[in-house]
Amino acid sequence: MSAADNIATILSSGARLTVPLAFAACGEYVAQRAGTLNISVEAMMLGAAFGSIAVASATGSATIGLAAGALVGVAVAFVHGNLSHRVQINTFVVGLVLNALVLGLTSYLITVSTFTGHQVWQVSVPVLRDIPIVGPMLFVQRWPVYLLLAVIPLTWWLVQRSRWGLELRAVGENPQAADVSGIHVNRRRRQALLWCGLLAGLGGAYLAVGEVGSFNQNMTAGRGYLVIAAVIFGAWRLGRTLVGCVVFGLADAMRLALPALGVTMNSQLLIAAPYLLALLAMLVFATAHREPRALAQPFQRGTT
Amino acid sequence: MAAATTVAAPPTGPSGPDATGRRLLRRLNPGVGGWQVAAATAATVAVALALSALLISVTGGSPTASAKAMYQGSMASPAAWTTSLLYVAPLLLVAVGACVSARSGFFNIGQEGQVLIGALFGAWAGLRLALPGPLLVVSVLAAAAVGAGAWAGLSALMYRFRGVNVVVSTMLMTFLAQQLVSFAVNTPWLLQESRLGRGTLSPQSNPLPEGARISSLGEYPNLQINGGLVLAIVVAVVFSLALARTRWGFRLTMTGLSPAAARHAGVRVGALGGMALAISGGLAGLAGALLLASPVGTNRLQPGMSLNIGWDGLLVALVARNNPLLAIPVAVLFGVLRAGGSFLAATGVPPFLVDVVKALLVLAFVAPPVVIGMLRKRRRAGEPATTTPATDPAVSKQDAMEGSLA
Repeated sequence: MSAADNIATILSSGARLTVPLAFAACGEYVAQRAGTLNISVEAMMLGAAFGSIAVASATGSATIGLAAGALVGVAVAFVHGNLSHRVQINTFVVGLVLNALVLGLTSYLITVSTFTGHQVWQVSVPVLRDIPIVGPMLFVQRWPVYLLLAVIPLTWWLVQRSRWGLELRAVGENPQAADVSGIHVNRRRRQALLWCGLLAGLGGAYLAVGEVGSFNQNMTAGRGYLVIAAVIFGAWRLGRTLVGCVVFGLADAMRLALPALGVTMNSQLLIAAPYLLALLAMLVFATAHREPRALAQPFQRGTT
Repeated sequence: MAAATTVAAPPTGPSGPDATGRRLLRRLNPGVGGWQVAAATAATVAVALALSALLISVTGGSPTASAKAMYQGSMASPAAWTTSLLYVAPLLLVAVGACVSARSGFFNIGQEGQVLIGALFGAWAGLRLALPGPLLVVSVLAAAAVGAGAWAGLSALMYRFRGVNVVVSTMLMTFLAQQLVSFAVNTPWLLQESRLGRGTLSPQSNPLPEGARISSLGEYPNLQINGGLVLAIVVAVVFSLALARTRWGFRLTMTGLSPAAARHAGVRVGALGGMALAISGGLAGLAGALLLASPVGTNRLQPGMSLNIGWDGLLVALVARNNPLLAIPVAVLFGVLRAGGSFLAATGVPPFLVDVVKALLVLAFVAPPVVIGMLRKRRRAGEPATTTPATDPAVSKQDAMEGSLA
């Protein structure tokens, strides 16, 4: 294979590894802007991956499976939102428990049941796909990838241009002030979580019915934490968060591709790179105070 | 912030500010004990167990057979208890550390990584130091505690100097720790096993020498109590006393409940929280040393050797509501579930079932006090409570009692 072919292979595999991260990162970005440091995004993705394959196997349609996966993500978000922004259980506690619960539940169910594999159809644009290097990456993908291209601007518009998004950001920055001006803080946070669940669910479902075509135990393998790292790396801006997703996806693609190309590189460093980069980004940009000021702080009326 | 001004009075003597502070603590954290919480917890635990049983039946298993298998694997014989107790010790150590950090408000969720770092440092000491007899075991434990404590301390430094959120940094560093250990056992000049003959090298260290392992304290026909369990219980009692009876513990709790009030009272919040983080990391590291040096595993450093003890220990602390003494029975429960789970696998039921039961139980224990506390607070604030009948004589009586205390 020529060097250009190798690069094209890595780029296109990097793009495929980026897509589930980018879906979930759009959601996690919204949740964090509203002040929830949502670690159950892992549970949302994993549950959605399982749900999508189970439903696709039952109905025979990968597209219905994808939708079902998104609904599973919303269901996890609903539970999380009510437990941490209605009942006021510590959000990390809820997240950890949900992650453990979904991991245990899906691992248990996949060993006691069998599903047939399903995959959503692939879009392959004639002519354009023959562009060297970037052609396969951009024009031979499964259709949810093009849905992602709609989700990104929609998320940006929701957060930055809609009234709902303005209130959402107020809730994440200064919940007391938002409360005084008549915004229902915890309701906004629950809504942000639902949006996060929908997108993380799409990301997880894409992993199962889009990328792999089946479900295996602990299929997301910490991708949810990678998504959190991407939002932190992106300093709570949507564009930079997505750049983070691309960088992390490419690092993963390189880790998988380099041994086959005969290049030896420290695989541990490549796996750790996303977390290291997120940590470094926080250390370097910390003084800029870019994180939502009320991030991970619960809100209850009458307490300061 | 009326409460803060009470504390801001200049400290006059050991009794003055402390007495004020104790009243303050009570107001900030009104006790939500009592029979209501107990009754509600019993109900939610029953629901959790019923849900688990339902899950087993739906998937074609027998709940009673599974329960029996779990009992046999964890409690039915002295040998089964030996297995359970081997898990209890590291779980308890992690949980005590989690109690300390959670009470200080510097919430550490990176125990899983700190356990691994502890095992890494412990393995280095056990394999590289040539020390006689008991000194070697002590150095393994000390290296693990110091190494993991320093690892967690990095998060405290990042918070102190760059304002990096502690939860975020401890979480991210878990994944760094995993790769660090993986690197160490994949690198011949670090800790990878030495070559014997022509076999391929596995990603693991050499087994710890006999002298570096933690042995059992006596055998009571088949029941073996590992030295690690004794260590863990001593640690739990010591920290329970320190939190409840010393000035340090009082300041720690005050910092956790209201950092602003603590700062007004002259507490160096950053230093105190940093120390709490280092302690909780150090105790997680000790747990890692136990996983390495007690007969729970293979006595080798391996990337997967933490066995999720870090995450589970955190859950133990949550269920025990950050009380180190209460963590002892909860850790026993979690140890029993673990031992039962591995026995369950032998009877054909996937061991993952135990994770489901565990997560449901955690929710069942954690939710009732929070819900009841919230309902009481809402009632006190004069808002209509929506979910419980307003004419519950027991509730109003309890409320009146608390009102008089505050």
